Amino acid sequence: MKRLLILLGGLVAALFVGSLVIGPAEVPMSDSFLALFVDDQGPLTMVMREIRLPRALLGLMIGISLGMAGAGMQGYLRNPLADPGLIGVSGSAALGAVLAIHTGLSAAFVLGLPLAALSGALGGVFLILLLAGPGGGSLTLILAGIAISSLAGALSSLVLNFSPNPFAANEIVFWMMGSLADRSMTHVWLALPLMLVGWGLLASLPRGLDALTLGEDAAEALGINLSRMRLTLVIGTAAAVGAATAVAGAIGFVGLVVPHILRPYVGARPGRLLWASALGGAAMVLASDIVVRVVLPAEDLKLGVLTALVGAPLFLHLIYKTRRAGI
Amino acid sequence: MRPRAARSTSGSVRPSKIITLVAALVLSGAAALADTAPRRVVSMNLCADQLAMLVADPAQILSLSYLSTDPRSSAMHVEAAAFPQNTGLAEDIYLLEPDLVLAGRFTGVATVNMLKRLGKRVEVFMPAYSLEDVRDRVLQMGRVLKREAQAAELVARFDAELAALRSDVKQRPLAALYYANGYTTGDQTLAGQILLAAGFENATTRAGQMRAGNLPLEVLVMMQPDTVVTGAKYPGQSRSEAILDHPVIQALQSDRHTGTVADSDWLCGTPYVLNAISHLVDLRRRVEGSE
Repeated sequence: MKRLLILLGGLVAALFVGSLVIGPAEVPMSDSFLALFVDDQGPLTMVMREIRLPRALLGLMIGISLGMAGAGMQGYLRNPLADPGLIGVSGSAALGAVLAIHTGLSAAFVLGLPLAALSGALGGVFLILLLAGPGGGSLTLILAGIAISSLAGALSSLVLNFSPNPFAANEIVFWMMGSLADRSMTHVWLALPLMLVGWGLLASLPRGLDALTLGEDAAEALGINLSRMRLTLVIGTAAAVGAATAVAGAIGFVGLVVPHILRPYVGARPGRLLWASALGGAAMVLASDIVVRVVLPAEDLKLGVLTALVGAPLFLHLIYKTRRAGI
Repeated sequence: MRPRAARSTSGSVRPSKIITLVAALVLSGAAALADTAPRRVVSMNLCADQLAMLVADPAQILSLSYLSTDPRSSAMHVEAAAFPQNTGLAEDIYLLEPDLVLAGRFTGVATVNMLKRLGKRVEVFMPAYSLEDVRDRVLQMGRVLKREAQAAELVARFDAELAALRSDVKQRPLAALYYANGYTTGDQTLAGQILLAAGFENATTRAGQMRAGNLPLEVLVMMQPDTVVTGAKYPGQSRSEAILDHPVIQALQSDRHTGTVADSDWLCGTPYVLNAISHLVDLRRRVEGSE
């Protein structure tokens, strides 16, 4: 376990550095690092501090949020198919964010955007748990997820199409696929407080999640307050995913792929998986964001395209496996 | 019209006569088409709207596109208010019974094809990519509306004003055009040509992008252009336009002279591009003055 965390931590650190030194403006690595720490009064410091640093930080933060939320939901629902993107939490967070931007709430009130995304995400998680609940099978979970995602997606598109702004309608892709292009430190500060709340809440779950693997009755016998745990999970997931979606759109599959890959290495203990997934998620988002910049630097290829290319085949594989297991 | 004319003569005459008659009708129809100016002109393209208003006898114009009165897109939105508008949909245009439809190359392609199938005469205008294209489009409009004299006069005036605006270029400050989503235009576009004519060097072209496309923010910053000309903002909020508020753009624009693109003067290849050039020439003088 310790070795895994060190390994993942090293990977995240390397990718974070990579994210800082790779970009369309080709600058030698040593120069760009120097400019990050020492103000050279020139454009390079501006590029490093105002463009690349926020992008790398957001990749890290969003990865942690999505990884943790995915592991938390999978642990609580005891279902490997639960991913905030797939089951509509990211979609409903995006709807909240779109509403905040186009009603002017985000311009009128600093935290309007993340808080609106939080309420959207809350609605999504709440609906999912209501429909699929603990004990609900994979089928109900996925069906409810599809319904919530498509409804949230349709409503977002509707709001964007109603906008008087000619660019708004083209932003549907951003909200559905996610991107970290041209974000600034403002977005980091906007998302961070809510994410910290989300991480804190999710971090209190491991003991309960581990106990829950024995079944609900056993968990309660071990002194786990299930309804309180459920509330913690809902708010924690909504805060983390809501804040991530508000600044970068809905990035799917991270919460599905990462816990799935890491599960064997943590002895299938959902509590440990939470921490491993936080680091794994950060690594996946940072790596995808680097690939996006290297493959099509000028085209703003969406992050969700890459995560889906990796995630969707895995998702199909998981469905096949659960079907064979007769669930 | 022609089939009906042929049918009405088919009562008692011999077939050979009918053929002669039809042939004569067709020929005279074609000749009439070539000789007489169109009287019922419908435009379904914003740029054709403006060219038509500049060149045509107002009595020729039956209807203009719905964008023609939009103050953000149309440089002649005031003049356009005098004409009825159409939605640019085939049924709308066909029911107006036009004798000439003006369309853009890339607007309403399906509509244009349908109108052609229905036998309407459609004249397609290519977008202008250069100032030379602007002259060509004006002359083309003159030809199709049979108003060659007006068009030639307009072109002569355009040439003279352009020459006056171009006269005093000594050095070329580096300028970047930057729009929503980091979109920008290089030298081989109308906006790029406007920038060149105003005496600037285009930062986008220097970065290797000749046509329109996206310029990553950090590439723009590293070039440190002397001025950044941004797109005008539309009402309502959008995250596409949020890039224009990025701290980096703000820093590039602070303590420098900056300009804003008024879309209506830049969008279409009409003599109104001279307004855009003239604004940029003012900007260049301010930039040079502060150096």
